[in-house]
Amino acid sequence: MASAEAVSDIAIETRQVNLWYGTFQALFDVDLQIPRGRITSMIGPSGCGKTTFLRSVNRINERLGYVRTTGSIEVLGYDIYAPDVELVQVRKRIGMVFQRPNPLPLSIRDNVVFGYRVHSGRRKIPQTELDELVESALRQVLLWDTVKDRLDRQATELSLEEQQKLCIARLLPVKPAVLLMDEPCSALDPKGTEAVEELIWQLRGDYTILIVTHNMAQARRASEECIFMLLGKVVEHAPTDEIFVTPRNQETADYIEGRYG
Amino acid sequence: MPQASPRGGDAIDRRNLDWYIDKGVQVLVFIGGVSGILFVISIFVFITKEGLGFLTEQFSIGEFFGSPRWAPTSSHNPTYGALALIAGTASVTGLAMVIAVPFSLGAAIFIGEFATGKPREYLKVLVELLAAIPSVVWGFIGLSIMNPLIIKLFNVPVGLNVLNSGFILGLMAAPIMTTIAEDALKAVPDTYREAAEALGATRWQVILRVVIPAAKPGLLAAVLLGVGRGFGETMAVLMASGHSINLPTSVFDSVRALTATIAAELGETAVGSDHYRALFTLGIFLFVVTFVINLTADLVVRGIRRK
Ligand SMILES: Nc1ncnc2c1ncn2[C@@H]1O[C@H](COP(=O)(O)OP(=O)(O)OP(=O)(O)O)[C@@H](O)[C@H]1O
Ligand SMILES: [Mg+2]
Repeated sequence: MASAEAVSDIAIETRQVNLWYGTFQALFDVDLQIPRGRITSMIGPSGCGKTTFLRSVNRINERLGYVRTTGSIEVLGYDIYAPDVELVQVRKRIGMVFQRPNPLPLSIRDNVVFGYRVHSGRRKIPQTELDELVESALRQVLLWDTVKDRLDRQATELSLEEQQKLCIARLLPVKPAVLLMDEPCSALDPKGTEAVEELIWQLRGDYTILIVTHNMAQARRASEECIFMLLGKVVEHAPTDEIFVTPRNQETADYIEGRYG
Repeated sequence: MPQASPRGGDAIDRRNLDWYIDKGVQVLVFIGGVSGILFVISIFVFITKEGLGFLTEQFSIGEFFGSPRWAPTSSHNPTYGALALIAGTASVTGLAMVIAVPFSLGAAIFIGEFATGKPREYLKVLVELLAAIPSVVWGFIGLSIMNPLIIKLFNVPVGLNVLNSGFILGLMAAPIMTTIAEDALKAVPDTYREAAEALGATRWQVILRVVIPAAKPGLLAAVLLGVGRGFGETMAVLMASGHSINLPTSVFDSVRALTATIAAELGETAVGSDHYRALFTLGIFLFVVTFVINLTADLVVRGIRRK
């Protein structure tokens, strides 16, 4: 099934993606090519379908029974909507960070290795192996020093900023190729936002990151390409520098200048 | 007093009908709440008063808890050993839980996590219907269906025994346990399931590793309430257990439960007699045990667990 595209520079390629919630159409003919190893931001007014698009890239949308999707989404050369695709494998390659930090009601340690355990398929994983994974994942998200003495405490006791970092950390042991982030900083204070942004910036290169944000400054600071959506359609997709300086589209310009509110 | 204010409109202290309705309802609710507490207290006082004479005079802890001989009607040497009755209740309740726990947790998981839409609603109604079957009907099923069935299947002389009553009691306790367990599962935020699924967990892994651990206090409470139900159940056990005093050594032994003893004997005792008061002592014992079970369940629900 792997094709030549698997080594191309495109991580996510969508063709004519349409999506309905029941009878309500939320996405219209979305055609996108999202580059590999870069950070791409997705902006647009509330309700334009950013979350919907993100959630269809790891097929988590399907938890709702009434969602219908047409078109194709290829991630690293695999059509993830093909009939013989295993959802578990899709989600192994594509990690997701949600708007509200959602650590599992387990210990910090168990949160970090949850995905790893699920995917390893082994009943017993040596403790030393797990310990190493926990340490390296938490170090990567700059959380190790603050939590190393309380790894067995409930993850829900952490501050929101720490929780969100943990939610990023728990994706890493699974070694995903793509990280989807839906307004990962919107529940955080400015300091937390800065810390998490910093972290996302550091992950660039190793991962393809698609990040939804309402924060223009954030999109500008923290992304290399930018997608502007409006009413379920992609209006403009360009390098971030260009889109913010010389938008080709009047609607994009209006939005960037804050005329949509 | 209602009065037109100098600036027009109603005076600031005007009381309209709504004010009186509100006050009336407050009083009614207060009476309702207080009377509930009063009833419980007065029942407890009554039982204690009736059983106290026995507790202070003839009662011997050693005999009550240590002797299996319950012969209060013996004319020359009445004995009041409750051990066999306690063992009867415990064995029946124990078997009932062995049957009901897997059944009701399984049903709760199916209804709460797998079923959707119409089937789910139907199932919930069905479970509630099951919970509404009167216990005498269950007892009837034990007598007339289970009894011959057990005799035939296992080739034993009597079918009214621990197996029969435990099975019946298990079926009786299962619906309420299912309902409470399902509530506990439903209280687990969906974001947990979503998070786990996004990490690549299968449906079953999500349930086993995330939902059940998160719902554990509620599930435990469901089991405890089931135990409490089994302990207090009278009619069905009276009819299906064989009602003979026995320390059971197998599920095919007939037994007699604490509750059934009270129900069967209280009508035939003279008020105030030793026998009468001994039955009330059994009542106190039951009351205390069920109270402790329910209290534990309540504390567990609130997450107050001793570490
Ligand atoms: N579960 C759902 N059921 C029905 N309609 C939905 C559902 N989720 C989203 N929608 C609709 O789909 C459209 C797109 O919603 P979506 O959440 O993707 O927007 P968004 O761009 O992420 O908005 P925001 O910036 O507010 O997060 C909206 O009109 C919304 O009302
Ligand atoms: Mg959104």
